[in-house]
Amino acid sequence: MSEVDPLLIDATTKIFEDLSDPQTLNSATTSDWRSALWSALEESGLTLAWVPTDNGGSGASLADGFSILELAGKFAVPIPLGETLLAGWLLSKSDLDCPSGMMTVAPSRPRDKIQITEDNTLEGRAFGIPFANVAENIVVLAYKGEAPHIAQVSGKDCVIKSNPGQSGDGRDTITFSNTTPIKIAPAPEGFSGQEFCIMGATIRSMQISGALQSILKLATDYAQERVAFEKQISKFQAVQHNLAKLASETAVAIAAAGSAMDTINTATQYNELVFFEAASAKIRTGESVGEAAAIAHQVHGAIGFTEEHILHRYTQRLWDWRDDFGSESEWAVELGEMVAERGADELWPLLTAR
Amino acid sequence: MSQAIQFDPIRLPREAEELRLEVRDFLAEEIANGGFDPHRTIMKSGFDREFSKRVGARGWIGMTWPKKYGGHERSFLERYVVTEEFRSQNAPVTSHFTADRQSGPVLLKYAEEHIKEDILPKITAGDCCFCIGLSEPNSGSDLFAASTRATQTDGGYLINGTKLWTSNAHQAEYMIGLFRTSPPTKENRRHGLTQFLVNLKQPGITINPVRNMAGKHDFNEVLFEDLFIPDDHLLGEVDSAWKQATSELAYERSGPERFLETFYVLPELVRVIGQKPDARAAEGIGRLVAQLHTLRRMSVSVNGMLQAGKEPVIEGSIVKDVGTIWEQNLPAKARDLAAFVDDTPSNRSNFDELLQYATNIAPKLTIQGGTTEVLRGIIARGLGLR
Repeated sequence: MSEVDPLLIDATTKIFEDLSDPQTLNSATTSDWRSALWSALEESGLTLAWVPTDNGGSGASLADGFSILELAGKFAVPIPLGETLLAGWLLSKSDLDCPSGMMTVAPSRPRDKIQITEDNTLEGRAFGIPFANVAENIVVLAYKGEAPHIAQVSGKDCVIKSNPGQSGDGRDTITFSNTTPIKIAPAPEGFSGQEFCIMGATIRSMQISGALQSILKLATDYAQERVAFEKQISKFQAVQHNLAKLASETAVAIAAAGSAMDTINTATQYNELVFFEAASAKIRTGESVGEAAAIAHQVHGAIGFTEEHILHRYTQRLWDWRDDFGSESEWAVELGEMVAERGADELWPLLTAR
Repeated sequence: MSQAIQFDPIRLPREAEELRLEVRDFLAEEIANGGFDPHRTIMKSGFDREFSKRVGARGWIGMTWPKKYGGHERSFLERYVVTEEFRSQNAPVTSHFTADRQSGPVLLKYAEEHIKEDILPKITAGDCCFCIGLSEPNSGSDLFAASTRATQTDGGYLINGTKLWTSNAHQAEYMIGLFRTSPPTKENRRHGLTQFLVNLKQPGITINPVRNMAGKHDFNEVLFEDLFIPDDHLLGEVDSAWKQATSELAYERSGPERFLETFYVLPELVRVIGQKPDARAAEGIGRLVAQLHTLRRMSVSVNGMLQAGKEPVIEGSIVKDVGTIWEQNLPAKARDLAAFVDDTPSNRSNFDELLQYATNIAPKLTIQGGTTEVLRGIIARGLGLR
């Protein structure tokens, strides 16, 4: 089982508590909080967690990075921390230096393909890119023919069409046209685009897990405070059962994300089992979001539907995150095809492989 | 809110995986030799005393119990592997399963020494079947409303009343029964019930079959008329059965048998869909497999946390709640996904037969062993809401 550094978790929690409190950010009239939060994260080396120390990063384990991102989910942190970690991971795959500052990655949709032309410029369109508008640099997985390459592009050199997404974090469209990257290198031997999608998907699974834990707490706390018909609404069986269902969906997400994270962290190579775990996690955590968000809103009544209340900071991100790096449907089709091809008698061995 | 929900991503240890290979070999041999027929287990009966004896001879009953009583002092996780492998092959475990899972542990904790020495080795040998006498015509979920009376007499108790829905009473040697020794008190409505070991091969007991809507005889009505139970068959403390429902419930609620009862539908679905599914079928299979995988990981985690000395009560209830709903819905989802598969006898007859059977028994899955409604109340309590 993967070990996670408790001191790292404590330190990160403190940063989020001090500088990313959802209520504080929700009421903020300026965006000064953004640079304060980012600086604190950068100073503690968290933003380059997955960059090896040789390349100027903090060389944390995959488990540590994933756990930080679960925390980021718990606080609904509205900055590209996961994206920057993933960008650093990707650059490091080709031993490319990692810049400081906010980064994002492209593509975020498995079916989007960015091509590299004869003269090493990038060509193509990527939809649903998180935080493209605030990222200084974009790390791109692009293809020269069939050969994957990793490139760093300056945000200023791309055409970005803003789309706030459901959360306001941004799910922007980037058009690469004759775009010259700042640096580019072939991906290492054996690297596949799917490996990148798996990392992105698992980041989202962990964030979803974190956010669901928070909305479970918000909903149970609220139900115990709110009085209707002369008692706390938590005393009504219908409400209790709904909260039990919310707890179950949260539990499922915790288990699914944790298992995928552990698999990736301990795998010596990227293989079918890694795919199986990560795909299952992205499918199942994505499935949790629908019912969980609905129940959390239902318990809160009208107040939870306001901009002033913090519930939407979670639910809107949950709705964005389940779409990133492959929806449940996309992953399910791939997983189903794999299962069908292996045949009925191989299903049980697959389920019990680890 | 109470403690945060936890599902450590526990992996089965090496010795458990080695055991898995042994169990697979055993089951493959049994099937090849005609030792059991998986199809028959599903459609007709999982009760096979001779099979249970062969399992006992391999040391796979009472695996976690002390050796002095015929057990094998192995881990929860090793037992987990045996249980899930048996379920995956539809092995006929009915004769020994209840004794292994819950009755034996109750005896271990609460029975007198000479009873343990007498009965436990019989269970581990696969030669003793137990049933559970809890529900009555007027009480099921409301366990502590039980009214079958145990009246003190010379040297023991006389039992009068009726137990209902008692699975396998007609094939069992013993029952662990819950009987009323005192009325409830004002302070504690759960006071007054006592657990007893009941030898079913005695005068004073009449067992009547109750056929279920799938045509199977599992349930029974058990009538007690002045049945005599000696004092030394009382388990634990008189009037205090409510204290004896311990954290056993965590593993009792969350084992693989709680989500694998209709599993056989899934590989058959994959078989009829074929190796090149369209997007709709592929998506459906992918979702089902992802859901099942996650359930299994949760179940392994609960058992692993138990092994490590933790008490995952809310997690255990969650696994049972999510698991039973999943296994209940599986036939319906399989039906949807197979809707356009060609209807040739060779392709679909086995699948259709199993699908219809699973659909027929599906209603009981969220009722047996603790209804969904009760489970959600337990989860709500775990969240601090009750």
